[in-house]
Amino acid sequence: MIYRHTPTVRLTHWINVLCIAILLMSGLQIFNAHPRLYWGNTGNEGDPAIFEIYAEEQLEGPPIGWTKIGNALFDTTGVMGVFTDVDGFLSGRAFPYWITLPSTQNLAEGRRWHFFFAWLFVINGLIYLVYSFARRHFQRDIAPTGADLRRIGRTILDHLTFTRARGQEAKRYNVLQKLTYIAVIFVLLPLMILTGLSMSPGANSATPWLPELFGGRQSARTVHFISASLIILFAIVHVFEVFITGFFNEMRSMITGWFAVRPERSNGKGSKP
Amino acid sequence: MTRKLLTRRTALTGLVGGGTGLLLSGCERVAQIPGALSMLESAEVLSQHTQRAVLGQIRPLAREYQRSDISKNFKANGTTRPEGPEYAQLAMDGFSSYRLKVDGMVARPLELSLEQIRGLPSRTQITRHDCVEGWSAIGEWTGVPVSTFLQMAGVGNGSRYLIFHCADNLLGQGFYYESIDLVDAYHPQTIMAYAMNGEALPIPHGAPLRLRVERQLGYKMAKYVMRIEVADSFAKMGRGRGGFWEDLGYEWYAGI
Repeated sequence: MIYRHTPTVRLTHWINVLCIAILLMSGLQIFNAHPRLYWGNTGNEGDPAIFEIYAEEQLEGPPIGWTKIGNALFDTTGVMGVFTDVDGFLSGRAFPYWITLPSTQNLAEGRRWHFFFAWLFVINGLIYLVYSFARRHFQRDIAPTGADLRRIGRTILDHLTFTRARGQEAKRYNVLQKLTYIAVIFVLLPLMILTGLSMSPGANSATPWLPELFGGRQSARTVHFISASLIILFAIVHVFEVFITGFFNEMRSMITGWFAVRPERSNGKGSKP
Repeated sequence: MTRKLLTRRTALTGLVGGGTGLLLSGCERVAQIPGALSMLESAEVLSQHTQRAVLGQIRPLAREYQRSDISKNFKANGTTRPEGPEYAQLAMDGFSSYRLKVDGMVARPLELSLEQIRGLPSRTQITRHDCVEGWSAIGEWTGVPVSTFLQMAGVGNGSRYLIFHCADNLLGQGFYYESIDLVDAYHPQTIMAYAMNGEALPIPHGAPLRLRVERQLGYKMAKYVMRIEVADSFAKMGRGRGGFWEDLGYEWYAGI
């Protein structure tokens, strides 16, 4: 058993889980108020959208829910655009009730949840960043070493074959893990804050260059959505890895800090110094 | 005989729905606890004070765009034509009998015709309008800075807010109203606009006079403004939250 995660890392991790879950669900509620994404500074119904979810009424039979990505149209009836609501009636909203907060159409309350947890997310993230630099968590545990990078091919192979780390290898993050964490901590999560601020008319007046960095306010809204989608993708893979590398052990290490390291193989076959 | 098939989609929906559903029902239960929503609403205070701490010092202008940036497609949201005989009468005679009242905590209450207002020094600005729903459009607005009316009327000691009383009754919920504080009232881009894109303000966009508060969201920019009241509080208006949409749960400070 090794002591793997400090209390600060564990606490900020779980606060982050709560924040991101609530930000995602309230974010989809906010998106539902205008379920279209554009590129540039402006965009409204009637302007070309690069992504949209809508319901199409039929002369006969139930409406169809469409999700349009670029020029590709997908029938998402039942999940997006048209779905059976919590009360059993057909709804023409974009994202379904089971993934939006609140579950019914309520932009005002969605914004309340979103901005409260956005502040908590920012404060929690700052605490984590300052702590991790000061206590050399980044430098020691997350920055990839030259040896890490040279082993990247081997690490990819291990992932593809679901080979779990043993011994010394299991005590550290592998290089793919490190690079992913760096991408999430230093690219995707800051991008969420910057694109979020780019949508604020008040913040825009103080830093008019910020939305322009993303190509305009509506582009920033689009990047906010894409970046959030990538964070969801990360979360899915992250939780998947927790399951395949030992759910109980991984959860214990993130709750109590203690992680059991599986011993090296002792048959000598294929072992490396 | 009907058979229920477990499709991949329903399985996936069930799996994700199970996880989010747990959090969702938890959150919705939390939201029903008295005081929980006001805890969530406290974030507005943090946003407002943070933005004001920055914006109050440097008093920046909202970005102004070029003529070529003006949106051909500018949605008129909310009321697009106020109901009732009074407004119909005003519109019929081209708003010649319209009078803007400026009253409340002022030394000299005003009643100004549209012609008088058009005669005052004006400001023209091409700005982006951001709706709380998520869309944006760019338009050119011409009007009189609100600060001009305040100087003409003489703002009384202890006044803190401007309350904008409107001619439209939206969703049958009562007359539209809005309020801003004096920080925004004296901002140079805060104007009472009587023209849009070089033409008289169209009725769907708030004729004869609408407010522009360029550093906040669209719902703050009251249309069909009949009266500007200078006040020390908006607690007695509506549900006391400072505006039509505010009374329905939206933020009074709409800078984000």
